[in-house]
Amino acid sequence: MGILDIVHVTKRFGGLIAVNDVTITVEPRTIHSIIGPNGAGKTTLFNCITGFYRADEGQIIFDGEPIQYLPPDEIARMGIARTYQNIRLFSNLTVLENVLVGMHSHLHSWFIEPILGLPSYKREEAEAREEAMRLLQFVELEDKAFFLSKNLPYGEQRRLEIARALALKPKVLLLDEPTAGMNPRETEETMALIRRLRDERGITIVLIEHDMKVVMNISDIISVLDYGQKIAEGTPLEIRTNPRVIEAYLGRGAAMGLSEAA
Amino acid sequence: MRGFPWRETIRAGLLGSAVALHVSLVGMVEAFSRREIVKDVVTLGQLLLLLVVLGAGYWAAGKAAKRNKVYGIFAGLLVGLIIGLVLAALALSIKPLHLRQVFANASRGLARVLLFNKKGLAGVIKLLIVMGGGGVVAGLLELLPSKVRRPLLYALTATLTLGLLRDIFAVILPRSISRFFYTSSGLTVKGAVVLTLVWAAYFTASELWGQRVRSSLQALPPTQQKTLRWGSYLLALIILLGLPPLLGERGGYVFEVLDIVGIYIVMGLGLNIVVGFAGLLDLGYVAFFAIGAYTMAVLTTPELPAVRQYIPPMDFWEALPIALFASLLAGIILGVPVLKTRGDYLAIITLGFGEIIRLLVISDALKPILGGAQGITGVARPHLFGWTAKDPQDFFYFILAAIVIGFFISVRLKDSRLGRAWKAIREDEDVAIAMGIDHVATKLTAFATGATLAGLSGAIFSSKLFSIAPHSFNILISIYVLSLLIVGGIGSLPGVVVGAFALVGLPELLREFAEYRMLVYGAALVVMMIYRPEGLWPETLHVAEYKHRESTSSQATTASVGAGK
Ligand SMILES: Nc1ncnc2c1ncn2[C@@H]1O[C@H](COP(=O)(O)OP(=O)(O)OP(=O)(O)O)[C@@H](O)[C@H]1O
Ligand SMILES: [Mg+2]
Repeated sequence: MGILDIVHVTKRFGGLIAVNDVTITVEPRTIHSIIGPNGAGKTTLFNCITGFYRADEGQIIFDGEPIQYLPPDEIARMGIARTYQNIRLFSNLTVLENVLVGMHSHLHSWFIEPILGLPSYKREEAEAREEAMRLLQFVELEDKAFFLSKNLPYGEQRRLEIARALALKPKVLLLDEPTAGMNPRETEETMALIRRLRDERGITIVLIEHDMKVVMNISDIISVLDYGQKIAEGTPLEIRTNPRVIEAYLGRGAAMGLSEAA
Repeated sequence: MRGFPWRETIRAGLLGSAVALHVSLVGMVEAFSRREIVKDVVTLGQLLLLLVVLGAGYWAAGKAAKRNKVYGIFAGLLVGLIIGLVLAALALSIKPLHLRQVFANASRGLARVLLFNKKGLAGVIKLLIVMGGGGVVAGLLELLPSKVRRPLLYALTATLTLGLLRDIFAVILPRSISRFFYTSSGLTVKGAVVLTLVWAAYFTASELWGQRVRSSLQALPPTQQKTLRWGSYLLALIILLGLPPLLGERGGYVFEVLDIVGIYIVMGLGLNIVVGFAGLLDLGYVAFFAIGAYTMAVLTTPELPAVRQYIPPMDFWEALPIALFASLLAGIILGVPVLKTRGDYLAIITLGFGEIIRLLVISDALKPILGGAQGITGVARPHLFGWTAKDPQDFFYFILAAIVIGFFISVRLKDSRLGRAWKAIREDEDVAIAMGIDHVATKLTAFATGATLAGLSGAIFSSKLFSIAPHSFNILISIYVLSLLIVGGIGSLPGVVVGAFALVGLPELLREFAEYRMLVYGAALVVMMIYRPEGLWPETLHVAEYKHRESTSSQATTASVGAGK
C-alpha cells in the first residue's frame, strides 16, 4: 500500500466514462506522473482525489484512510494539496496573502482573537508571515510579495500556485500541468523545483504533464491514461518503449514528441 | 475645415441633446432650478444642463483638437449650439404641441426655466449663448494642460458643492462668515469667487507638491507613520465629538442628516463584510436591520399589552444586547441553509427573506406583538448616568460609537486569518475549499457579523425615531446600502463613508433630489461601472497596485518610444 491508493475508481458524466476502473498506487516520496492524450481523464482523476467530484465506484485511500466520502476541505486538511491546469489564484489578493490563505488550516485564530488583538494572535500572524515569506523565497517570488497576484506574469503565477499549495504542508501534492505555457528555461527551473520538493521536503508528487521531455526526465513512475482507462504503468524507460502507449499517442496522429524524447 | 470630425461632433451634440431632453422631461431641470447655487448666477437645474454640454463638448473637442486646436473650440461650440437648439425647440413647442399631455413634466415652468425667464426670441438667444458658451469653455478646457485643468475643475466642483450644501454651512458657520459667503439661497457672488480662488490655490499646491509630501510621508519610518495615522484618527474623533457642543442649537438639522448617514454607515460596514469581504450577495439585508429595530421597540415600549403582560418594558441598555443577539441569531438561522447555495440563488433567497420579515411585521395576525401597519411608538431612549438622549445631537454620539465599533471590527478582521478566508471565498470558492477552508463556517461568520451590525444600526434607529413602522423597512433599504457600497468602492472602509454621504446624505439635504433618487443612483452606478469600477475610494492596496502598474507601464512606453526613435 502506498501513500495514496486509487482503487478501481470510476467516474461518469452522463454516458461518458471519464475515469474507467483506474487503479494507481502512489508510493511515498516519489514523483508519479500521469500522462495521456487530451480528455483522457487526468484532471477528472485529480478532482476525484481532492473530493470535488465523487467517484461513482471504487475507493481512494490516503495514508491508510478511505477519503472518497470526505468533503474537499477536510481532504485538503489531511494533507493533499493541488494546483490547477488553468491557474486559479485569488487574483485580487496579494502574492503574500495567497500563500497565507494556503496556511489557513495551520493557523488557529478566528473571530475574537484578532478583534481583541491578543498577543498569541499577533505572534501567530507574525510567524505565519515569516513562514509565507520563506515559501515565497523558495519559489523566488519574495520581492513580489505585495503585488496583486493577477499582475504577475504567467510563469510566476504558476510558481505562486505551487507556493500556495506548499503552504498547506501537504504530504501529497497534485500538480496539473505545472509547466504549461512556460519557456524552456522556466520549465527547467520548475522541474528542479519539483525535484527539490521530493528530495528536501519529502513530499510525494503526482504530476500531470504533457511535455514528454519533462515527464521522462523527472518521473519515478508513470501511469498512462487513455479514454479513462489506465493502459500502462512503469518507469520512464518502460513507458517509452511500451507499444500501447506509442499507439495511444501516435495512433491518433497526435505526435506528442514521445519518440523524439526517446 | 479639412479633416474636421463633423460626424463625431454632431453625434456628441445629439447624444448630449438626448440626455438634456431626458433630464428636462423627467422634471429634474425644473425641480432643481429652485435651488440656487450662486445667487442670481446659476441654479442647480441650469448647472445640470451645463454639465451635459460640458461633458459632450469636452468629448467632441478631444476628438477635434487632435487635428487642430481651433477645431477643438469650434467642436465644443457646435455641440453647445446643437444642445441649445434642441432645448429651445423643446421650450417653444411645449405650449403649441400640448406636450404636457404626453410628458407630465413638460410644463410652462420648464419652458420658462429653459428660456431663462425670457419670452420668445430673447430667451432662445440667451439659451444659445449660454449653451454655446458652455461648449466653448469645454473646448478651452480640452486645450489646457492637465496640470492646470485638474486643479481648476476640482476647485469649481468644490465651490459648487459648497453652494449646493448651503443649508448646512450657512447654518453651522458663525453668522458673520456665513453672511459673507451665503445668501438666503446659494452662495454670494463674491463668496463664490473667493472660494474658487482658495480652492484653486489649494489644488494647484497639491498638484505641484502633493506627490512630494506623500512620498516623504511614506519615507518616514513605520512607527512614525503609525503615530501619524493614529494622530489623525484621534484628531478626527475629537473634532467629531466636539461638533455638537460647538454648533449648539444651530446644529439640529445638520445632526438630523448626520444621524441618518451614520445609521447607513453602520449598515454599510456590516454589509461590506458580507458582500465586500466575503462576496456574498445579500439582498435582504434590511431584514436584520428590521429585526434589531423591532426587538428594541417591542421590548421597550409601554404599548403592546399582549407582550407587556409577560415582560415589563425594558430600558435601552437591557434591550440592546437582546436586539443584537436576535439579529445575530437570525443571521445564523438564515445562513445555515442559504449559504450552501451560491451566487444568484443566495441573492434570491435573501431577497425573499427580507420580504418575509416585512410581511410578518405588517401582518394583522402578529399585530398584538409587532404592532401591525401602524407600528410601535414609545421606544426607549438610551441613557447614561441619569442623562437621556433625545436630540439628534445626543444620538449622534451613540451612532458615532456604533460606527467606531463597526470600523474597528472590520479593520481588525480584514487582514486576519478569518478576513483572508472571506476574501479567498470571494475570489474563488472552490479553490478556497481546496485550501482547507471550512466554507460554511467562514461564510456564516461573515453573515452573522453583518447581521449583528445591521441589528445594532436598527436598534439605534428605532430608539432615535421613538416610533417605528413597517414601511421604514422595505427592500429599497437593502438596495441603498448595496449601492452606497458600490459607489464608495466595494470592500473599502472609507468608501462606505464616502458612499453613504454621497447616496444618503446628499438626497437628504437636497429634498428635490429625493424624487429622482433612484434615477440618480442608477445613472451613478452605470457611470461608476464604466469609468471607475473600483469605486470612489477603493481599497488602498488596490490603489497602490494600480499606481505601481501605471508607473511601470508608463516607463515601458517611454522605453519603447525611446527605442523607436
Ligand atoms: N464536469 C464535467 N462534466 C461533464 N464532462 C466532463 C466534466 N469534466 C470533464 N468532463 C469530460 O471528461 C473527459 C475527461 O476530461 P479531463 O478534463 O479529465 O481530461 P484531461 O485528461 O485532464 O485532458 P487535458 O489534457 O485536455 O487536460 C473529457 O471528455 C471531458 O469533456
Ligand atoms: Mg486536464
